[in-house]
Amino acid sequence: MSALTFSLKKPLQFSVNCAALTPSKLQGKSIQEIASIPMILGNQKLTVGDLFDISGEDPHHFCFKNTSDKLEYLGANMAGGSITIEGNAGAYLGFAMADGEIYCHGHTADFTACNMAGGLLKIDGNAGHFLGGASAGLRKGMRGGTVIVKGSTGDRTGDQMRRGLILIEGNVGDYCGSRMIAGTIGVLGNAGRYAGFNMQRGTLLFTQAPHLHATLQNCGRHTLPFLSLLFKSFQQYNTKFSQLNSQRVQRFVGDIACNGNGEILLAEPLNA
Amino acid sequence: MIINHIQIADTFAEAFNMRGTRVIITAQNHKWAYHAANAMTGFATSVIGCGVEAGIERELLADETPDGRPGVSVLMFAMGSKVLMQQLETRMGQCILTCPTAAAFGGIEPSEELEIDQISLGKHLRFFGDGYQTSKLIDGKRYWRIPVMDGEFLTEETTGMVRAIGGGNFLILATSQAQALHAAETAIESMKQVPDVIMPFPGGVVRSGSKVGSKYPKMFASTNDAFCPTLKGVVNSELSPDIESVMEIVIDGLSFEAIVLAMRVGIQAICDLGPDSGVKRISAGNYGGKLGPHHFKLHEIMGIKS
Repeated sequence: MSALTFSLKKPLQFSVNCAALTPSKLQGKSIQEIASIPMILGNQKLTVGDLFDISGEDPHHFCFKNTSDKLEYLGANMAGGSITIEGNAGAYLGFAMADGEIYCHGHTADFTACNMAGGLLKIDGNAGHFLGGASAGLRKGMRGGTVIVKGSTGDRTGDQMRRGLILIEGNVGDYCGSRMIAGTIGVLGNAGRYAGFNMQRGTLLFTQAPHLHATLQNCGRHTLPFLSLLFKSFQQYNTKFSQLNSQRVQRFVGDIACNGNGEILLAEPLNA
Repeated sequence: MIINHIQIADTFAEAFNMRGTRVIITAQNHKWAYHAANAMTGFATSVIGCGVEAGIERELLADETPDGRPGVSVLMFAMGSKVLMQQLETRMGQCILTCPTAAAFGGIEPSEELEIDQISLGKHLRFFGDGYQTSKLIDGKRYWRIPVMDGEFLTEETTGMVRAIGGGNFLILATSQAQALHAAETAIESMKQVPDVIMPFPGGVVRSGSKVGSKYPKMFASTNDAFCPTLKGVVNSELSPDIESVMEIVIDGLSFEAIVLAMRVGIQAICDLGPDSGVKRISAGNYGGKLGPHHFKLHEIMGIKS
């Protein structure tokens, strides 16, 4: 059975909210019914069929083609199934996603995995700012699930993150793990300034020494037993993180400016 | 029934419902894993005086444990869930937390076939960290990292508790104490290969089998005089004149089938010693079948072909 495929008919001038196009929301609907779902583009009322060519029949596996960074909220509130995006995705990809799998072959915009609670989100390209963060007004960001980014991410990655796992093979911008409550963020590339700013708990796992601010305290080099469990859990994903194996790390704790007990672990870099 | 010139009595072992759990203990090497496990399973021979019955189930290689270090698996049984939970937490705190390099993990995985309750392993022990403890949720399991003087103590938050059976047993009747003990040791060596069971008494063998009640009102159990060789002339003895010593092997298991297998393997190992072993008869302890719901009939067990 081929994936239910949405091919964008032409480049978009305005952003489109695609939250309605998830496997769980379209369960049991015919292509005609899906095509008639209303959508808003700028000040126009359109339908899904006006924007996308729809083909395929697998209701559990969606595929988006000819995509654009104007397609926002793809996979929002997703509760199962899988979505493949053959191109770039707009802001709020995987917003409040609870289960299932999203695989984006291109880049994603800001607030990717915002409020995410479960499932797996893989991105081949780069992600924007506030990856795994909280939507406006909320005090907790990502609450579960796994995000894997092959490229780099912007500022405030994991801002107010509460639970879950973010693995970034490239670089991260400034304020990585800011206001982090718990969870784990791994970065193989370089981190910008103020990593762990106002961090309360959680783990930032780096392989390149970041420039740390004064309120993160060096606790020395240690062999941490839990890292063997963490590294073993990476084996299930197709990521360079699965090459990590040394439990020997430099441990920094903070941010003591907010009485935080979070940690930044500096592991040995991977061999090129 | 006679196997290799050794008589198998037409009787049964009477066993009871218990609650059981398994804990995986790992350490830097087997030496320290055993130090932790031996401490945890110490003074745990009988629920009558110890609260729990516990023992080492088997040694685990590094590739069999969650954290990739050498380890051992420990089984622990109690008459009720409350006692088991209390004893587990106490022994975790005093024996595993304190043992250098040791870590503890739950040993009973979720199953659709078994009714499993999750009980605290490190859930409350974490407060030893005085606020510096941190948790990690990895692949759906929560672990606690507690800072201690040798580094970090790592423990899973919970382990599974299942319905189990305690008190499977058989008696070895021999013509001398040395021969009875040698036969018991031989049986234990074979029974240690059986999964899901422990033999909780010292070396797996108990020499002081008991009966229910006593002439003394405050005693609810006393020596099993019918199997005491020095009382052959004064009590209604179960022993023939040539029997000079009796050893008992008690088995606790996570399932009826596991205890059956352990009993069969143990009895068969003794029978394989042959008539020169001095073993004359294999019997079993019961209370007339009125107290325990599980009956392990020796003839049925030994009639089952493996």
